[in-house]
Amino acid sequence: MDTPTSTRSATATVYKIPEEHYLNSTYGIRSWLLTTDHKRIALLYLFSVTFFFFVGGIFATMIRIHLMTPQGFLVTPETYNKLFTMHGVAMIFFFLIPSIPAVLGNFLVPLMIGAKDLAFPKINLLSWYIYLIGGSFVLYSFATGGLDTGWTFYTPLSSIYSNSAVTPAVLGIFINGFSSILTGLNFVVTIHTMRAPGMTWFRLPLFVWAQYATSIIFILGTPVIAITLLLVGLERMFHLGFFNPALGGDPILFQHLFWFYSHPAVYIMILPAMGVISEIIPTFARKPIFGYSFIAGSSIAIAVIGFFVWAHHMFLTGESVYAALAFSFLSYLVAIPSAVKVFNWTSTLYKGSISWDTPMLYALGFIGLFLIGGLTGLFLACLGLDIHIHDTYFVVAHFHYIMVGGAVMGYLGGIHFWWPKISGRLYPEFLARVSAIILFTGFNLTFFPQFILGYLGMPRRYHSYPPEFQVLNVMSTAGASILALGYLLPMIYLVWSLKYGVVAGPNPWPATGLEWKTDSPPLTENFLVTPEVTWEAYDFETRPDLELDHIVAGKLPAPAHGDD
Amino acid sequence: MQAQFPLIPEQASNFAPTVDLLMLFIVAICVFFAVAITFAVIYFFFKYERKHQTEIGVPIHGDMLLETAWIAVPLVLAMAMFAWGAVVYVDYRHSPGDTLDIYVVGKQWMWKVQQPNGLKEINEVHLPVGRDVRLIMASEDVIHDFSVPAFRVKMDVVPGHYNTMWFRPTKAGRYRLYCSQYCGTNHAIMTGWVTVMEQGDYAAWLSGAAGAEANPLVAGQKLFAARACITCHFSDGKGRAPSLNGVYDHQVLLADGKTVTADDAYIRESILQPNAKIVAGYQPLMPSFQGQLTEEQIIALTSYIKSLQNEPPPPTGAGTAPASGKK
Amino acid sequence: MHRTGELYGQFETLEQQKESAALGMWVFLATEVLFFGGLFMTYTLNRHYYGTAFGVGSNTLDLKLGGLNTVILILSSLTMAMSVWASHVGKRKATTGFLVATLILGTAFLGVKVIEYKQKFDHHLIPGYHFQIDYRAQHPSPNDDPKEIEAEKEELSKAFAKDPDLNAHAQLYFSLYFGMTGLHALHMIVGAGMLLWLIRQSMLGRFTPTYNTPVEMIGLYWHFVDIVWIYLFPLLYLIDRHQ
Repeated sequence: MDTPTSTRSATATVYKIPEEHYLNSTYGIRSWLLTTDHKRIALLYLFSVTFFFFVGGIFATMIRIHLMTPQGFLVTPETYNKLFTMHGVAMIFFFLIPSIPAVLGNFLVPLMIGAKDLAFPKINLLSWYIYLIGGSFVLYSFATGGLDTGWTFYTPLSSIYSNSAVTPAVLGIFINGFSSILTGLNFVVTIHTMRAPGMTWFRLPLFVWAQYATSIIFILGTPVIAITLLLVGLERMFHLGFFNPALGGDPILFQHLFWFYSHPAVYIMILPAMGVISEIIPTFARKPIFGYSFIAGSSIAIAVIGFFVWAHHMFLTGESVYAALAFSFLSYLVAIPSAVKVFNWTSTLYKGSISWDTPMLYALGFIGLFLIGGLTGLFLACLGLDIHIHDTYFVVAHFHYIMVGGAVMGYLGGIHFWWPKISGRLYPEFLARVSAIILFTGFNLTFFPQFILGYLGMPRRYHSYPPEFQVLNVMSTAGASILALGYLLPMIYLVWSLKYGVVAGPNPWPATGLEWKTDSPPLTENFLVTPEVTWEAYDFETRPDLELDHIVAGKLPAPAHGDD
Repeated sequence: MQAQFPLIPEQASNFAPTVDLLMLFIVAICVFFAVAITFAVIYFFFKYERKHQTEIGVPIHGDMLLETAWIAVPLVLAMAMFAWGAVVYVDYRHSPGDTLDIYVVGKQWMWKVQQPNGLKEINEVHLPVGRDVRLIMASEDVIHDFSVPAFRVKMDVVPGHYNTMWFRPTKAGRYRLYCSQYCGTNHAIMTGWVTVMEQGDYAAWLSGAAGAEANPLVAGQKLFAARACITCHFSDGKGRAPSLNGVYDHQVLLADGKTVTADDAYIRESILQPNAKIVAGYQPLMPSFQGQLTEEQIIALTSYIKSLQNEPPPPTGAGTAPASGKK
Repeated sequence: MHRTGELYGQFETLEQQKESAALGMWVFLATEVLFFGGLFMTYTLNRHYYGTAFGVGSNTLDLKLGGLNTVILILSSLTMAMSVWASHVGKRKATTGFLVATLILGTAFLGVKVIEYKQKFDHHLIPGYHFQIDYRAQHPSPNDDPKEIEAEKEELSKAFAKDPDLNAHAQLYFSLYFGMTGLHALHMIVGAGMLLWLIRQSMLGRFTPTYNTPVEMIGLYWHFVDIVWIYLFPLLYLIDRHQ
């Protein structure tokens, strides 16, 4: 950290980008496409998931435009059905599930535990290629006839009746599953065996705990969706009968197998985001997280209990009443650890020293939106209410609050928080704060009306709707246009900052994790000397190395009260 | 204001007020916590704003009492929400005794409805106010879902087995009916109307409009003869097969010693897979009618067999379990 | 490129490297359990519903060949374990020899499977348009034992009486048969590929008492594939065999 690349003045330290770092240590396209450096692989993923975010986003834009009128004016019913299906498949399997683990997790886990790389760097690269191959199959499916089964692929619609390109799509998702499995395997082994001396389990950053819990779900859940979608593909190709009642099969069996993975999958999407928030809040409140072991434990609890609630998606299939009771009960149980996290985050703010930096704004936005999303889950877990709101826009609003309001806000907050570490530069703070606020506003305008639409009875996946629902739909579309702006701005200014952003230095916030003890950007091998950890996580008290008065040129000035 | 900008649908069934109350209960809990957390966060944000550059927060690591409290209290509230919802659901999943049975067949992309006297409707259901109504539903192709928001009820319609749902309309009027499980291209226009009428009007409508054409009882009775069921199922019990008098909705004693209730599902299974359950004292002689009868024909036969439920069973060859009685 | 046996860059010690490899392989095997698990779940449900058809389907399988394959695989696990032991004590030739034996046994297993699959093809038991559970009974070949054919005809007529949809349900059984044994065979083929690599490495003298991780890890994988077969064999071959 005391490199010759900084000069200290009375009010600010001006840093220079280090001579050698992971981005310039080797050159050429081969050095990127054949890299085994976890940080470069993270960036490869960053490009790919952003691409799929655009693909899914374009579909979403078309959906919201189409729904401005009750008859739907933009596309035909067939096309509309393909739009919402492909939006779901692209966003869930190729953006949300990989996003934080494969981008931020890959980049940060070795740095946070003091390791030089993951346990299996070549398998890490293989994961990315498998992701690309799976993605190619799915894009092929989109381009040659599209997919119109819903991302949930319910049988017998998907296995018999649909005339769309189902087989390449399920093959693509099947292949992509192995990318997840290998990433999860890599993280679990790395976290177990490659922690630096002194980095005990309970000194780990909570982001690492979150990745660990997520990886458990990757490992145990993904194989089941793999075999399930494989069966659907085989059923379509060879007219087998597993899900076909005319041949003795059971369409509900598909739903059990599908949701056994797909419910834990939603925890794959949210746990890493919660891990990001658990890093941001202590940093910008400058105190340890309140209830560390409870937050760590709740991550594991969510991962475990999350495997036992899948049939709450099937309350109205005619499943046994006893099963429904059990699954509703367990679904309420799984809400408790999430509540524990929210309470602990809030308590961390108490007697903190809080600053309004962009990552903190994202964290606050996350808490607000996740709160609404999570609380509305309580409605859906309620058997008596689910009868009414199942398969309506209430569900759509609920999961978008969590996946977009939660996971995407967490992802963007993390990108901003670790941007200096990844790129060596700071993003423009004012514009970033404005974007965060635009996102938060646009998001609420888009999705809150959908709760009302849902309770009024508007079903999901409708290309046209009764006229009495139009006002709320138009509100939702208006919000979506603001939301889109909120997403476009960061893409523009983050790229801009690569050339024109202020050089950040090793630890601009400052934060307490091991990753902040490396240069920004770090060396390829992360640490020249393996660190020895003797401090607890988020310890601001006994860390003389933290530059608390680090004023970086370009940041907004500190509030003008008190001394200094 | 409700008419101008409604937040909830009309309340038109016995379930609607309960479901809405349950919703308000959960809304109250959620609003409480949402407001409390939001207030706390905003308050802390302003109160503890960083005052100078080198300031750090007070390191408080946790508090067992608080953790216990905010695990225990949400847990209790969660259990309350679960319990109330469970009560409503269990009620919903168990149809009461004397229901007006309406048969519904969902197919891409329409609802085929059959009133008890055989009157058929498409995408329309006429119902009497104040009577318990049970819908018995099957699908001809993919999974659909019969949904009436004004009643606060819905149920998936699955190929390969029957699903039933019940409710009691409490207000005359016309209410929207939707398909609520994505079923392909025209899922969004597989909608219709439920018309609830005063009981007198309903009776008049039922007998008046296109009266007894395709009366399933008559159709069922004709099928019973045409498909030779009558050659074994003598009503006096002296045939090779049990008499069907008094069988519907009663207990049947099987050859393996178990008893089972002769409900619609049992009758359907007996027609399609006769050897799945053999009545005690009889041989497995009945051929299967799999592939030979449409769903509608099975419904017609069931209607006919149901109409025999009040006929006195013969002393022998009754086909019912000894200590019989309604379930 | 790193040569086998050296410390890879991301690890601090050989100990850490070995620990990671072992944990990695166990975690991978856990995912495989869940992967096969979906099929086992489907099997369980369908067998519960269609016991008759499953019995009929199972009886068309050749018990001798299935039993032979079981013995072959168990033996191959033994030779695999022996090669791990040999590598522990530094016996290079024995390590290679036992690996080769394992490969030969694995290949024999796959050969027997090919014979079995061909039989199914001849008897119209591959799921699809031509599937017909009673094809062999209706069209016996000259080599078939007439008594066997008679017994099969009787079994089938009893089964059809119990389950008029026997053909459709038997097709479900065979879908699972091919699905599960096919997936298993695929894993065997991958295992055989890894054995080839191991044999080459062993011949080059790469495995020593201090470093034999690949042998151990691939050994674990091989044992897992063996255990899957131990479950598959009774579930598929031994239904309704008590007569």
